[in-house]
Amino acid sequence: MSNPVVAASAAAAAKDKSQERQKAMIADHFHKLAMAPDLGQKCAYTFVPGNLTELLGSFGVLPVLPEINALQSGMRGKSRDYIGLAEKLGHSEDVCTYVKCDIGMLKSGNVGPTGERLPKPDLLLLSYTGCFTFLKWFELLAQEYDCPCVMLHVPYQGDGVITDSMRRYVVDQLRKKVIPALERISGRAYDEDLLKRQLALSAKAEDDLVWVLESGKRRPSPIDAYFGGVYYIGPIFTAFRGTQEAIDYYQELRGEIEDRIRQGKGPIIPDGELQEEKYRVVVEGPPNWTSFRQFWQMFTDEGAVVVASTYTKVGGVYDNGFRHDPSRPLESLADYCMGCYTNLNLPTRVAMLAKYVKEYSADGFLINSVKSCNSFSAGQLMILREVEQRTGRPGGFIESDLVDPRYFSASNIKNRLESYFQMIAQKRAGGS
Amino acid sequence: MTLDSLLRRAEDLYRDLRFTAVHEWKRRTGGLAVGFLPVYVPRELLHAMGVLPVGVMGAGDDLEIIRGDAYYQSYICHLPRSVIELGLNGALDCLDGMLFPATCDVIRNLSGMWMMQFPGKYSHYLDVPQDFAPDIGGAFYRHELEQIAEALTARGARPLTAAALRASIAAYNTHRELVEGLYTLRQQQPWLVPTGELYLLLRAGCVLPVEEHTAMLREYRAAVAAAADRRPMDQARVLLTGSFCEQPPLGLIKTLERSGCYIVDDDFVQVHRWIRGAVRADGDDPLGDLALAYLRQGMPSAIRYIDDGKKGQDLVDRVEHSGAEGVIFCAPSFCDPALLDQPMATAAVERAGIPWTAFKYAENTGQFQVIREQAGTFADSIKLWSE
Repeated sequence: MSNPVVAASAAAAAKDKSQERQKAMIADHFHKLAMAPDLGQKCAYTFVPGNLTELLGSFGVLPVLPEINALQSGMRGKSRDYIGLAEKLGHSEDVCTYVKCDIGMLKSGNVGPTGERLPKPDLLLLSYTGCFTFLKWFELLAQEYDCPCVMLHVPYQGDGVITDSMRRYVVDQLRKKVIPALERISGRAYDEDLLKRQLALSAKAEDDLVWVLESGKRRPSPIDAYFGGVYYIGPIFTAFRGTQEAIDYYQELRGEIEDRIRQGKGPIIPDGELQEEKYRVVVEGPPNWTSFRQFWQMFTDEGAVVVASTYTKVGGVYDNGFRHDPSRPLESLADYCMGCYTNLNLPTRVAMLAKYVKEYSADGFLINSVKSCNSFSAGQLMILREVEQRTGRPGGFIESDLVDPRYFSASNIKNRLESYFQMIAQKRAGGS
Repeated sequence: MTLDSLLRRAEDLYRDLRFTAVHEWKRRTGGLAVGFLPVYVPRELLHAMGVLPVGVMGAGDDLEIIRGDAYYQSYICHLPRSVIELGLNGALDCLDGMLFPATCDVIRNLSGMWMMQFPGKYSHYLDVPQDFAPDIGGAFYRHELEQIAEALTARGARPLTAAALRASIAAYNTHRELVEGLYTLRQQQPWLVPTGELYLLLRAGCVLPVEEHTAMLREYRAAVAAAADRRPMDQARVLLTGSFCEQPPLGLIKTLERSGCYIVDDDFVQVHRWIRGAVRADGDDPLGDLALAYLRQGMPSAIRYIDDGKKGQDLVDRVEHSGAEGVIFCAPSFCDPALLDQPMATAAVERAGIPWTAFKYAENTGQFQVIREQAGTFADSIKLWSE
């Protein structure tokens, strides 16, 4: 029986132009990485939260992002074997599966998601932002590669604010540790004017990204801000912040969404487009990557749209007004790093979620709690209760993992989601 | 005090989950008491302000967790559950604040949970630097310490003075020397200092003021030196590592000893040993000296970025220094720092040809038979096969 809330047509199922562009951009980046050793291009391994893409770009250094490689491996069905291999090598079943997936990929030849070999790092840029595991991850990688590792310790917003001392600490590390390391591997001198020009480009793309994400406030929402959102954040969270390509991508994406709004359309979903928006929810936590499409389908089957998510803020929170600022380049990079979502304390995260529930007129919020990520997950049960209390909207809780398929129980998750949406329907109907 | 009564006192303090000693200290002095989680906080700073630092190491296997489990998913370690339970059942009401050091993401996030759960109490995430240059990480850390001092002064603590801080540093230097002395004595004559006893002493130091605990350590040392009935046994000398945050239950430590192991070095209650050697106590800038000690004298640890040297080399050095014949990796389940570190550490000890074994525990583990068999087999293999 066809689903009444989904219209699947050849036209709708076809990807938007922006999605094709995004896919081509990412593929092109992986190709550049594969060619880097032959072309003498330098590469730095680093992380999405607290990434310094503009700074790397100003030295002509390409970023390699192990989390992206891991999630891509998850989506392409390769993570199970990689994780298994890492566990055979002595990595605990208790720890982050991104790390194990990455180690397994490395030990299997370091072939990236597009089938091309990833380059060895010339530098491990340990941007220790919002996740303790990052520190151990790069200590592990440092055992495997004969290259320098430079630490950028980004202080946590424990008191919910960025102080001058915190900012100075990050800027001092950038100036005295990170930049000299980049100068050494690239053979280029630090060019602040170039960095400023790139930061100005970043801010333009960030404006459009925020517009796109905030379009979820409309009814119907023209976007899915979680499952669809992960495609939208792709370019700006990976290798393209500070480039004209990012500006072009976000302008095109914005144009498409403006068209959808004019036509009163809901979001594009895997099978076409959502015809009837039955439920509006906010989601906290990363998605599961190994069953990404199946997971998304569980929402669309119920006519549920994710109107806002916190995961799309993990590589930078821009909807609070922050923009990269070319007039204070290093300070701005410091503020960016410290402002990433998992670097915010729990009261701030609760306030942000409660704000999303209200401002995006959500029926409720869901937490996808992933086993791998204590940075996200520790405290989520308290977040659930607090947000429920503050908003009066029901919260739901499901558990899965990032890239370990052993922790994705489709029937359990589907049951929970169905029960959750039934509860919202009953509340609407006046039930208790 | 006899050795028996001293150990009884230490065990009473360890098992007292209502923190009676802290209540008594507060009644006696009128001072503030501030709790801290593992692994390290600079207790000298609190002491200098007339504040009692109280180590909150979890509830072990003595407390049934009822509400704490409702705060955490099954795949998160046990320590924060019992800390929440202690907070909710009123056991920590005697504390005027809590410090959550940068140990891992779970403790980090617990700091925010504490803020929401106990909004009237002082709660601070102590972000220790992972950059060890004095003008970068040192400057940041110093500011962190100044912030804590300001906040405590605002809550009624004595304002921090250089003279008071120098005196506190000196008091903790003496304490550190005594703890280290007992570790050395255990390395030399492990039959004199059973780890079950040493552990209880370390835990007593979490709730007693440093002066009182220093006296207790001295008494213990004198008592065991005179204990003629303590004789060596044919046990394997092992170094136990990975238990720096969530602590193993006392029963597990005793089980390891009964299984044929002399524990000659360990990671228990590391706050007492984190700073290696004395902190300068006669400088013009004692706060700067305290910060510098963190940067330069802090022990290599899974929670500390190793920016130079080889991962695991410190463990190999400790094995050599302690005369251990093998390593037991004894980490809490779901402990990110310990378990992510373990492959690097095991690789280092394997390179050095040191035998090792590994198991996991939770602070409330109650069944030790399997561990006893594993540790016993490990000890036997060392005795039988090691050269």
